[in-house]
Amino acid sequence: MKKVWIAVLALAVLYGCSSQSTKDEGKAAVEDRSATPAGPGSAQPAQPAQLQANPLKDPKNILSKRSVYFDYDSDKIRDEFRPLLQAHAKYLTGNSGAKMLLQGNCDERGSREYNIALGQRRAEAVKRMLVLLGAREPQIEAVSLGEEKPRCTDKTEACWAENRRGDMLYSGEY
Amino acid sequence: MKFPVAPEPVYWLRMRREFPYLLAACLLFFAGAVQAQLTIEITGGGANQIPIAVMQFADEGVLPASITDIIEADLLRSGRFRTQYAGGVNPLPTEPAQVNFSDWKSRSTDALVIGAAQKLPDGRFEVRFRLLDVPKQSQLAGVAFTLTGAQVRATAHRIADVIYEKLTGERGVFSTRIAYIVKQNSRFELRIADADGQGAQVALASREPIISPSWSPDGTRLAYVSFESKKPVVYVHSLITGQRHVVANFRGSNSAPAWAPDGKQLAVVLSKEGGSQLYLMNADGSNVRRLAQSGAIDTEPFFSPDGQFIYFTSDRGGSPQIYRMPAAGGEPSRITFDGGYNVSPRLSQDGKTMAFVSRRDGHFQLAVMDLESRQVQILTDTQRDESPSFAPNGRMILYASEVGSRGVLAAVSADGRVKQRLSVQAGDVREPAWGPFLEN
Repeated sequence: MKKVWIAVLALAVLYGCSSQSTKDEGKAAVEDRSATPAGPGSAQPAQPAQLQANPLKDPKNILSKRSVYFDYDSDKIRDEFRPLLQAHAKYLTGNSGAKMLLQGNCDERGSREYNIALGQRRAEAVKRMLVLLGAREPQIEAVSLGEEKPRCTDKTEACWAENRRGDMLYSGEY
Repeated sequence: MKFPVAPEPVYWLRMRREFPYLLAACLLFFAGAVQAQLTIEITGGGANQIPIAVMQFADEGVLPASITDIIEADLLRSGRFRTQYAGGVNPLPTEPAQVNFSDWKSRSTDALVIGAAQKLPDGRFEVRFRLLDVPKQSQLAGVAFTLTGAQVRATAHRIADVIYEKLTGERGVFSTRIAYIVKQNSRFELRIADADGQGAQVALASREPIISPSWSPDGTRLAYVSFESKKPVVYVHSLITGQRHVVANFRGSNSAPAWAPDGKQLAVVLSKEGGSQLYLMNADGSNVRRLAQSGAIDTEPFFSPDGQFIYFTSDRGGSPQIYRMPAAGGEPSRITFDGGYNVSPRLSQDGKTMAFVSRRDGHFQLAVMDLESRQVQILTDTQRDESPSFAPNGRMILYASEVGSRGVLAAVSADGRVKQRLSVQAGDVREPAWGPFLEN
């Protein structure tokens, strides 16, 4: 039980959603992760040595941040996410064996299939930026979850903004 | 006088043959029938309704369910009939000679349904019915069916189809099926039910979303998008064998499957070469070829029933609008101009009407366009309508809507006059697709 709690806490910090209310979808995602074989250390007590060993999981490391947020009906990458993408591009460049799945997401408004296409555009925008910054194209697969996997399920602008998002996942995390 | 027995229609024989297979397939895959059935609530009526009286069939109590109740509910739900009180007649007539026509005429009844049921020595049942024209005092139809106790509903739908076709001149859709997705907590189910929402079976259950179910033209297969591998992948699922296989799992996203009218090809949207673009492939996933090239989003392909054109959604003009292009490739032309968001084109079987979703004042509403005059009519006044789907006779459009934050299915007649709501208790229902006629 204690182990699960630590994992949940670690993941909450990892995904930068400590301020987010625990909605059904959020909970499900956390359960998914802890149930599947995650990266080294993710289900272990957070010992400093291990966090150092894996920069992707270290909450103090920018690489533990994985989400890029978008404006409504836009795939433009806002300036504030530049340092984050620079760090991930550097990691991908330095770890040529690393693979990334980029999942684009949308808010719930509009056609489901059109939202798949909008999410794809967002994922590809992030991918383009990472490649521009040095990552190799074959390292990254850009896909879309459309509006199907909302992190937040309220019908509010704040919630929709939370769902207009690109998530960067490394091998073993999906 | 003996009841003249018409030969059983060919399609009925065929349906009986396939029925056990379908059932077996469903049972193999899943744990039987779904408890929460769709319930249908009619919220509007049509004009020029035909006054009809469905009398109880003599001895229908031998059947495990009231067949005439199901027939009457079917007719009522179509919006084309006004059902009249038919009780209080004793004994129940089974032949025209026993009908007091002048009495029915005085009640302004146009059509009368009479019949009889009996149990056969082998445990099955026989149901005979006649449809009578009251003003002419003549018989319009008379059919006999042999059935098992499990086929009462199916037989009632067949009888309703005969009545509907005789009186309206159009084919009835009571024997067709619908597919839809139910989300309950974090479980997603693809379900197949009769057109009246009854008899639902789970075709696929998943912890990840399922969207965009699309019926093959012969009604034996469904194409859909599943997210079970953490990205959209297109599957084709046989309802006969219960087996399914991946038809599009390329790098990137794979979505929006649409069957060509010949059932041999699928149009899909792939992002394997960057962006969401239209492709054609064989129904087994082979022979993938690009259909169009644009720097914009192209998605939601839908074949015109003659197979000549593909309608689709694209934002190439700056906002999502509906276009069409020759299915063999070529220049697209724009179809919708009114408003900044027109998506999800679906055509009626006669190719004359297009249903789509249009955003008006921030509300997503169901609309139809007469493709010849390009006249648009908004059919709903709700806020979150999506995924329209025509009944195979083009009369009704099934779509997804929202009531109190919960997904429901609704149907509206193509002229906007008849409205129905279908809901499942405690579930979020979405992504409906109305299946085709069961072919002869």
